[in-house]
Amino acid sequence: MTATPSLLDVKDIRKAYGAIRAVDGVSFSVRPGEIVGVIGPNGSGKTTLFNSILGQIRPTSGSVEFSGEDITGMSPLELARRGIGRTFQTLQVFGGLSVRDNLIAAAQEFSGTMPGRLFAKPDAGLGQRADEMIELFRLKHVAHLPAGSLSYGQQKLIDIAMAFMAAPRLVLLDEPCAGVNPGLVDQLRELLVQLNRTQGGSFVVIEHNMGFIMRLCPHVICMVEGKVLAEGKPAAVQSNPAVLEAYLGN
Amino acid sequence: MSAPARRAAMLVAIVAALAIGAAFLKRSDVYLLTLTMVYLMATFGLNLTVGYAGQMSLGQAAFFGIGAYVAAIALKAGVPFLAVMPIAAVACFVIGLALGFPALRVQHHYLAFATLGFNVLVYLILRNEEQVTGGTYGISAIPRPTILGVSFEGHLAYFHFTLASLVALGALLWWLLRSPWGRAFAALRDNPIRAESLGVNITAYTLLAFAIGAACAGVGGVYYASLVEFIEPGPFHFSTSLMMLLAVIIGGSGRFYGPVVGTIIIILLPELLRGSSHEALKFMQKWYLVFFGLAVVALMVWLPGGIVSLADRFRRRSTS
Repeated sequence: MTATPSLLDVKDIRKAYGAIRAVDGVSFSVRPGEIVGVIGPNGSGKTTLFNSILGQIRPTSGSVEFSGEDITGMSPLELARRGIGRTFQTLQVFGGLSVRDNLIAAAQEFSGTMPGRLFAKPDAGLGQRADEMIELFRLKHVAHLPAGSLSYGQQKLIDIAMAFMAAPRLVLLDEPCAGVNPGLVDQLRELLVQLNRTQGGSFVVIEHNMGFIMRLCPHVICMVEGKVLAEGKPAAVQSNPAVLEAYLGN
Repeated sequence: MSAPARRAAMLVAIVAALAIGAAFLKRSDVYLLTLTMVYLMATFGLNLTVGYAGQMSLGQAAFFGIGAYVAAIALKAGVPFLAVMPIAAVACFVIGLALGFPALRVQHHYLAFATLGFNVLVYLILRNEEQVTGGTYGISAIPRPTILGVSFEGHLAYFHFTLASLVALGALLWWLLRSPWGRAFAALRDNPIRAESLGVNITAYTLLAFAIGAACAGVGGVYYASLVEFIEPGPFHFSTSLMMLLAVIIGGSGRFYGPVVGTIIIILLPELLRGSSHEALKFMQKWYLVFFGLAVVALMVWLPGGIVSLADRFRRRSTS
């Protein structure tokens, strides 16, 4: 029996700022449909790793392959077109657009050509899909309000829903629970599990909320000082003495 | 009646009232209304660039001037008006595309100065290239259009022609802004980094925002040349760009009807006050600029969304 080919292959990624090695030889793979968690103390290089994968910054060395294609250094636009979505550490919604328009904007550029979209229906044929996501994320009561006028938690939900609107094959979520109240954290986890089941997408999740990561991700990577310190099943990583030392000290 | 249908009916009523009412106005008032509509073509375009796509521009008067000079030269050479309009629009679209490139590198006040520099450059060309532009002497005896045997030479006929053209341009922009392109422009304005991560080609949309806005100003310039029948570089100085930007911001940047309100306040109101012989308005004639300056400062502090945003404020208050 042959192993399932990887969707994402991160190979020996390094990113240095002068003498500081923010990411120092990180390698990992993500299989189709898999959810991988990335944990680590502040400054361990998680977001730099994300930005290196996602074309926001160019890695010093190493490569990133998506479905066997080398995507190292590709722009966010090119990655989006290949089916890679992301969320950012801080809220990133289109504040002046309604919630529904935010969701449509998140997917409209993936269908047809640019001149064709000028003559497309105003909702770009995505109205029904947007309404389904609004229903799923329980945003129906605010669907027609400007996203910028909503609470932080509601904007966080919109932010995440946008990343899934075009049904990308891989989504990288950077601290989805940051600043979110505990009730919403559970709702978020349920939503991600549901999206993973229904859309079959693969996720890589950076998060500080251990409970969230341990219950969501079957595979966890722990980074410290730019390197992978431990990886494996959540319970094994959590009880790894090196990981405990990195978080709690001697 | 639904809200959009009510708005459309109101718009039809206003246009009809203007079309009929103009016949009862003085010649100078009809001229002023036509001038306001001509400037509105340019501010409609600027609102797309600045308000919807979030790109700062202080070069709109340059495109207005390019359109006017293209029209003046071509109309005097006997090119039909219906051919001159697309020529001027395409010329401004192409130059607008080129001006959009700095916007890919710089933003905000840096971009404002880049576009302002472009306006100064165009102004100097218009003033110094005498053989083509007539320099400070300008170009006179610019004809008004005759289309399919119908002459728009008369002031009222030209007013109706401009009104119909403005409605057509407005409808075109309304359709464009309601299309997925309009949403992409807004995404570019609100959050370009997120927009790019969602597949929005920010390079293409930034350039298009400048180019379409410039084309609108070019069309406005064509109508301006035919209206005033004599052009010289003065009206295309960067101070006119500032005035156009002020019109967009005062009316409501990123609001479709914002430039309408703003242009009326900036172009029409001062002229009406200046020309009025009514006793009560005499005082305002002298102090207009002082009141206007104070009103702009107050507006920017208390109503940064522009006058059109007042409606939202009342709506929110009535629902809360």
